[in-house]
Amino acid sequence: MNGLDDSVLSLLVVLPFAAAVALILWPGDQLRRMKWFSAGVALASTALVAWVLLRFDYTDGPQYQFISETAWLDQLGIGFDLGVDGIAVAMLALTAIAFPAAILIGWNIDARSKDYLILLNLLVGGVYGTFVSIDLFFLFFFYEIAVLPMYLLIAYWGSSTSFPRFTRLKEYSAMKLVLFLVGGSVLVWISIIAMYIESDLDTFSLIELQGTGFDESFQDWVFPLLMLGFGLLGGLWPLHTWSPDGHVSAPTSVSMLHAGVLMKLGAFGVIRVGIQTMPEGAEAWAPLLLGLGAINVIYGSIAAMSQTDLKYVIGYSSVSHMGYVFLGLATLHTLGVTGAVLQMFSHGIMTALMFTLAGAVYGSSHTRDIRTLTGLAKVMPVGAFFFAVAGFASLGLPGFSGFVAELLVFLGLFQTYPWIGALGVIGAAITAVYMLRLLAKVYFGETDRRWENLPDLKLNEKLVAGTLALTLLIVGLVPFYLIDIIREGVRHIPAVTG
Amino acid sequence: MNVNFSLLIPEYVLVGVAFVVLTVDFLLPRQHRFHLSWLAAAGLVVSAAVAMVYRWDTVETLYDGLFIADKFGLFFFVFLTILTAVIVLISHDYVRQHIRQPGEFYALMAFAAVGMVGMAQAGELLTAYVALELLSFSLYVLVAFRRDDAEGNEAGVKYIVLGAFSSAILLYGISMVWGATGTTYYDGIAEYLALNDGNLDSTMILGLALILAGLGFKVAAAPFHMWAPDTYQGAPTPVTAFLAVASKAAAFALILRLFTQALMPALAEWQILVVVLAVATMVIGNLVAIVQSNIKRMLAYSSVGQVGFLLVGVAALGSIEGGAVVPITLASDAVMLHLVGYAFANLAAFATVIVVYNHIETDELSGYSGLAKRSPYLSMVMAAALFSLAGLPFFVGFLTKFYLFTAAAEADLLWLAGVAMAASVVSLYYYLMVVKRMFIDDVAESDTSPLLIRIPSLGWILLGALLVGTVALGVYPQPVADAVGAASGAILPDA
Repeated sequence: MNGLDDSVLSLLVVLPFAAAVALILWPGDQLRRMKWFSAGVALASTALVAWVLLRFDYTDGPQYQFISETAWLDQLGIGFDLGVDGIAVAMLALTAIAFPAAILIGWNIDARSKDYLILLNLLVGGVYGTFVSIDLFFLFFFYEIAVLPMYLLIAYWGSSTSFPRFTRLKEYSAMKLVLFLVGGSVLVWISIIAMYIESDLDTFSLIELQGTGFDESFQDWVFPLLMLGFGLLGGLWPLHTWSPDGHVSAPTSVSMLHAGVLMKLGAFGVIRVGIQTMPEGAEAWAPLLLGLGAINVIYGSIAAMSQTDLKYVIGYSSVSHMGYVFLGLATLHTLGVTGAVLQMFSHGIMTALMFTLAGAVYGSSHTRDIRTLTGLAKVMPVGAFFFAVAGFASLGLPGFSGFVAELLVFLGLFQTYPWIGALGVIGAAITAVYMLRLLAKVYFGETDRRWENLPDLKLNEKLVAGTLALTLLIVGLVPFYLIDIIREGVRHIPAVTG
Repeated sequence: MNVNFSLLIPEYVLVGVAFVVLTVDFLLPRQHRFHLSWLAAAGLVVSAAVAMVYRWDTVETLYDGLFIADKFGLFFFVFLTILTAVIVLISHDYVRQHIRQPGEFYALMAFAAVGMVGMAQAGELLTAYVALELLSFSLYVLVAFRRDDAEGNEAGVKYIVLGAFSSAILLYGISMVWGATGTTYYDGIAEYLALNDGNLDSTMILGLALILAGLGFKVAAAPFHMWAPDTYQGAPTPVTAFLAVASKAAAFALILRLFTQALMPALAEWQILVVVLAVATMVIGNLVAIVQSNIKRMLAYSSVGQVGFLLVGVAALGSIEGGAVVPITLASDAVMLHLVGYAFANLAAFATVIVVYNHIETDELSGYSGLAKRSPYLSMVMAAALFSLAGLPFFVGFLTKFYLFTAAAEADLLWLAGVAMAASVVSLYYYLMVVKRMFIDDVAESDTSPLLIRIPSLGWILLGALLVGTVALGVYPQPVADAVGAASGAILPDA
């Protein structure tokens, strides 16, 4: 057994937190070095994820791999247990791309950048921790850590939005986001404790709880709590209202991580804790999840269509795209669930790309109002190109990862709930309408004189946009490797058939 | 009858500390008297060490159970004396600047410590009552210690009137219990309750209710919490810290022993009362904290809220299965663990309040605007303390709340845990508002004190230690959990 295999996940989790502590102790005047240090940490964690990705056995392996178990608190049977299945590996890959990208995009933040880097590392540590924990206590522990730094990141480094009649303050958005998410985690918390007591095994180990086989009546009341509690972070309608406000108010790099990675924690939680441990509950409640997911898709895209703020468009399109994830999960069909996870990956990359570009526009023009932004393609050709890529990926053009993901979701739907599948296709059509309109208006209209001197993407933005776009393209053209990995995880879920 | 008075050696040391401090106070020149904090703190630590050495494996009683020395008593002896020592050190700079009689101040704290360890080790109602009064009397004086300060006087008057009132209620309850059972010994009461299972006479029930109300006053559980905000606000801040942390821990030590060793058989009678108290306390404490504009009042209401969480643990001390009472060790573990975590976080918060007060001479929340610019270190400690109180991970508060709520679920009180979690979310709101002030707002323009806050080196070390403690216990809780487990093993039979 290779030594790194046993410790790679612990390293992955500990690294960002250790970096945060190191940054706290770092003398405050060496900002440049701190930035390089954080970039190094981000790349190192990416390297660790690459190791996991390459050595993950996706042919016929056990459900969880790279397992490491450490007893933590005997009285409650809590262990610091880590392990990944195929779904987690896909999410790790997403984080491993988004984290360095966010560090790079936030490179020019100069106000209290030390505090910013500390919080960013804490956030990412929480995200990695949630994806690799196979002990419910620690899963919840890291889940909460991932939420918390958002408050300061948005409230300090974010921006407020002016509407005709009111101003959405960044402090307001930040507080709304945190209270919503922590409120949602109350439902999760109740479920976790209920599972612990009901199983009577004196353990929070996910593997053991998964094998318990809870009573059907128990599953019937706990599953909806998990579905709504985790679903809230995934932007499930009608609990999504925190998410556009939060996305818009956050600084670009945080929006990238937030919409790109953090929202996936919610959907991931629905799978990991909900569907995996409670097959009957999942089956019983799938219609509700399906209905809400469908509303997500339609409502999100219609809301996106009527926004005038560039970031709000992206924010609502996130709500809409997360709807496909919930639709896919609700099918409980291998194709649909695989598609849902692939959509989580693909949406993460795509949204990160969109926020990068929106951030670039806002950074130089200081407005996000799409009624005044016109014809930017002439002055920002590179930005326009990448926005077109992101937009095409978003509306599900073949060749990009979004197409593969949505196709799988639709295939799953047509096997199980064909009518809803039709509804989902309508949603995709609406997405095409607002994406193309946005693209046409903002980039390809008549260039306003105000924007004639707007600079194109900066080097760091080009680098990030290039990487993200390339990822979309690669996964879109050769999706088999990633699909195999995800299927390997989905295969082990008892509730998923077909 | 066992009258082995040498059992009380650690208590003698503790009383000795108080008298030595008073004596040395006479001998020192006035301007050096604030240095007595070192002596008092050292004495308190020594008494803890003596107790550890002398009572490590002792399980012995005096006067047939009037005073019980066991692992539970030892745990609280060490916890409470160390806590007092830390508060003494925290008050060092405050006393230097604001208090004219350091000798009396520290001696009273030591006397209060004697009362507190008595409360944890009493095995009989009147002994517990006398110990509680020793604590209360010391605190009556300490609260009104700044006698030329109007707010301090108001705090003192409120505290002594309501304190005396609640003592009377408690005593009345004790007399009724005695009337019904003919004994005030915990084990005697338990025997009586076990024999009269299910048909207690009204005297006994009224007695129980009065005892609960009296103790409710002492720990500031709603609806008996009215004295707390005014008293917390007006008292010298180190005394506020003492009220919020040490005296509360001692009261819960008394409650834990009383409810497990004496009242457990009557669980069916009192559990619902404690549940009602817990809900009221969590809801009122956390909601009213939102509108406070003074940090000490806010922390007062927040500690009312925390008492609610602790009462959840008390309510979960047992459950009724098939007509028989099953004790739940997890619950007493959780209450003690939460007390420890709460102590670290709250002391860190109060230590910050003291440093800030010494600099800007106000406890208004507006004084905390822009604190991160004035002292990143202080704002970091304060944020950690508040996050821990809110029950967020990495900090000990997350673990202890998780423990507490799991214990509640074990006692079939999952819904109560749900209420507590919701109350936690509310508490996060007002804690975050302070964090926002510190990190995002700018220093108020009306504030004319120098921008940078200088932290005295002792304060710096204490803040660091408390911060490290809050994080370390949240990340590596096993040793403390083991100590706590041993303590609950002494008051509850193994499940």
